[in-house]
Amino acid sequence: MDKVKNIIDKLGIPRLIIISFLLLLFIIAIASGLAIPPLIGDSIRRVGMAGILVLAMIPTIRAGMGLNFGLPLGIVCGLLGSLISVQFNFTGFTGFFMAIIFALPFAIITGIGYAWLLAKVKGQEMMVGTYVGFSSVAFMNMMWLVLPFTNPEIIWPIGGTGLRYTISLVNHFSGVLSDFLKLSIGQFEVPTGLILFFVFFCVLLYFFFKTKIGLAIDATGANEMYAISSGINVKKMRTTAVVISNCLAAIGIIAYAQSYGFLQLYNGPMFMAFPAVAAILIGGASLKKATISNVIIGTILFQTLLTISLPVTSQVVDGDISEVARLIISNGMIVYALTRGNKKGGK
Amino acid sequence: MAQKVLEMKNIGKSYFGTQVLKDINITLEAGEIHALAGENGAGKSTLMNILFGMPVIHQTGGFDGEVLINEEPVNLNSPQKAMAAGIGMVHQEFMLLPGFTITENIKLNREITKDNIFSKIFGKSLKTLNFKAMNKDAKKAMTQLGMSIDEITLISKLPVGHMQFVEIAREIDKGDIKLLVFDEPTAVLTENEADKLLDAMEKLSEKGIAILFITHRLDEIMRVADTITILRDGHLVESGKKESFTIETIAEKMVGRKMSKSEMLKRDDFIENASTLLNIENLKVDMPGEKVKNFSLEVKQGEILGIGGLAGGGKIGVSNGIMGLYPSEGNISKNGSPIALNSPVSSLNQKIAFVSEDRRGIGLLLDESIEMNIATTAIQIQDKFLKNSFSKSLSFYDNIAIRKHALELIKELDIRCTGPEQKARSLSGGNQQKVCIARAFTLEPEILFVSEPTRGIDVGAKQIVLDLLVKMNREHGVTIIMTSSELAELRKICDRIAIVAEGELAGILPPDAPDVKFGLMMAAKKEVIHHG
Repeated sequence: MDKVKNIIDKLGIPRLIIISFLLLLFIIAIASGLAIPPLIGDSIRRVGMAGILVLAMIPTIRAGMGLNFGLPLGIVCGLLGSLISVQFNFTGFTGFFMAIIFALPFAIITGIGYAWLLAKVKGQEMMVGTYVGFSSVAFMNMMWLVLPFTNPEIIWPIGGTGLRYTISLVNHFSGVLSDFLKLSIGQFEVPTGLILFFVFFCVLLYFFFKTKIGLAIDATGANEMYAISSGINVKKMRTTAVVISNCLAAIGIIAYAQSYGFLQLYNGPMFMAFPAVAAILIGGASLKKATISNVIIGTILFQTLLTISLPVTSQVVDGDISEVARLIISNGMIVYALTRGNKKGGK
Repeated sequence: MAQKVLEMKNIGKSYFGTQVLKDINITLEAGEIHALAGENGAGKSTLMNILFGMPVIHQTGGFDGEVLINEEPVNLNSPQKAMAAGIGMVHQEFMLLPGFTITENIKLNREITKDNIFSKIFGKSLKTLNFKAMNKDAKKAMTQLGMSIDEITLISKLPVGHMQFVEIAREIDKGDIKLLVFDEPTAVLTENEADKLLDAMEKLSEKGIAILFITHRLDEIMRVADTITILRDGHLVESGKKESFTIETIAEKMVGRKMSKSEMLKRDDFIENASTLLNIENLKVDMPGEKVKNFSLEVKQGEILGIGGLAGGGKIGVSNGIMGLYPSEGNISKNGSPIALNSPVSSLNQKIAFVSEDRRGIGLLLDESIEMNIATTAIQIQDKFLKNSFSKSLSFYDNIAIRKHALELIKELDIRCTGPEQKARSLSGGNQQKVCIARAFTLEPEILFVSEPTRGIDVGAKQIVLDLLVKMNREHGVTIIMTSSELAELRKICDRIAIVAEGELAGILPPDAPDVKFGLMMAAKKEVIHHG
């Protein structure tokens, strides 16, 4: 009995509710004759796709700046890196890693600028971050039209300048991670490489917070005055956290794109911060505290819920309401999680 | 015999099987000032929570015994009921709206109103506020407390000490108040303001209001209380008229063990022979409320130097300025080599450590473990507890070394905790202070600044903290500069006491100088200010 109570305490009521809801959806799915293995495989794939973007929330939360709603800023850096990689016709793993290598300098430079801006608006980081994200998308909307890319695969087929809305990666690095060591059992597929890539970054970030500099970031977030009186350069720690978050966002979108098979430009990245925010909050993080396990649990719950609920709702309800359902579920979860946001994590 | 306002009979309470209160009997008559003394954790707050019908009591299964008000049993199961029964509470933290005037704060939600055309049509929530009448009431309440501040002053413009009075004025303005509970009201006040508050309490009791007074300051108890009840570990140890107690007996009964005065070796010739360790010249610190204007002082090697003075005089600014926490200018040198100001790192690198007066705000990471609280600063400044690696800032911290160090300090400083992993937030004030000292101690300082080390902690813990400082000084040769509002404790352990008034050094006295000298020095230039 104590053991059960312990588990409940550790998970927290909200996660129990979501897990029960998930189980209910599974039961309905089975009852209505849906094939379960592809659903699970699909969930795992989406966890791998979205995972690093969710992980990008951690550094800013732990530095005391709240959730990084400016995720699109890092995402456009990732897209830019990928485009350069495609422009030079790199393919396969080379293409994938070159995309990351090209993206990181942009992510670092814009991250420093973003951190500088956030330092000016201390206490309102999340609100300002949201608009930084939106503005960066708007700014890049113009840039996509004028940047001097010449590869015919990515510019408009009619010629001239300007990039397409969606750019296929089939000839470049589409699926390089997902197909690496891929497990297939009938309809059930596990993108091992993608999952390993996500786990690698989880471990990396976990150990980063066990270093001197990671501890300094933690202390800055936990109590700024304590950090200052410990001789920690608080501003530098905040900048470091933002830059790491921005870089993770850039890497995250590249991993996402290789699995999805396309780069989505223009307004594509506009709302990508929200699912990531929802996921980490559902995982039990608060605005002040977040751990790697919050990311993992949250991403799994959130992505599985999205994957399962769509086919189930369209089974139960006549007509196609899947898009509406998706919006209600993901935004509803953010609202729900933010209202719990002020409480301590895990409650 | 006066009427019994409150009677609490055989009160008992247990949380999840742990008995925290047992057989407590307390009786208050009209106009009586009843002091409730006890160490932190003795059950004072639980008793008050019962009296106020706080939900925390009723969610955990209620309590045993009964509460009588005006000799009639009452069932106080919500704070609203307690208030309706005429019980008022003066909180330790102020519950005031800074942008509102004194009157508005006192009258909030109990406004006096008059009719106008709109209210006749649309109902009474549109009635005009009658500021004249409200101001009159507010003035009356403030005058009763002996305060002569303009009642239309904004709260944000008031000194901290006066806010307390506004809180009390709000309670007495409610009119039918029979019993007022003061929960450590003087904790944040200066001695001067505390005096005024005690006067006000006496005035209230003359009007027939019974007062239940919780405090850590025993001299205040001796000054105003009629009756004293001492709690220890949830039991009532003794209750009786004030005359049957002395400060020493109260302290002894609270702690349950004999208080040992820290034996100070007289070291008269010591100071003259010692060399100068830290030289402070023309220090100016811009710390809000504690401005230092021009402070110069030489600190001798190996001494315990006290810095005293009235609140707002700038004594707290000195250590905060030298540690680089507030903007400052001037010349500081240690053993002749200058220390850069406005930079915590440069002071810390010079082996100067600081235990802040703001324990929860600066001293601790409340949601982190004791061990990390102790180790973090040393890791950042001195690269202690780090595993070797190619880069210092990317090397891992060594959990095993940290744990070992924390366990040693927990034992040495006698930090009462469930283990080094316990969160700092859940410790009592005294033990939190010990963690702060452990944090500074880990830096192996040559100079230790300690600011208000005993603020808000109970008598037993106070003594332990002071003993600890003496021990660090004697056994480890740490030069200590201790800032405190409590003159008594400065005189107990310091070799010399510097008094700061109006942001400048008013003078240096030996600890055995007569009271009057200290008093004059502190107040020398303060006369004008303290007639707010």
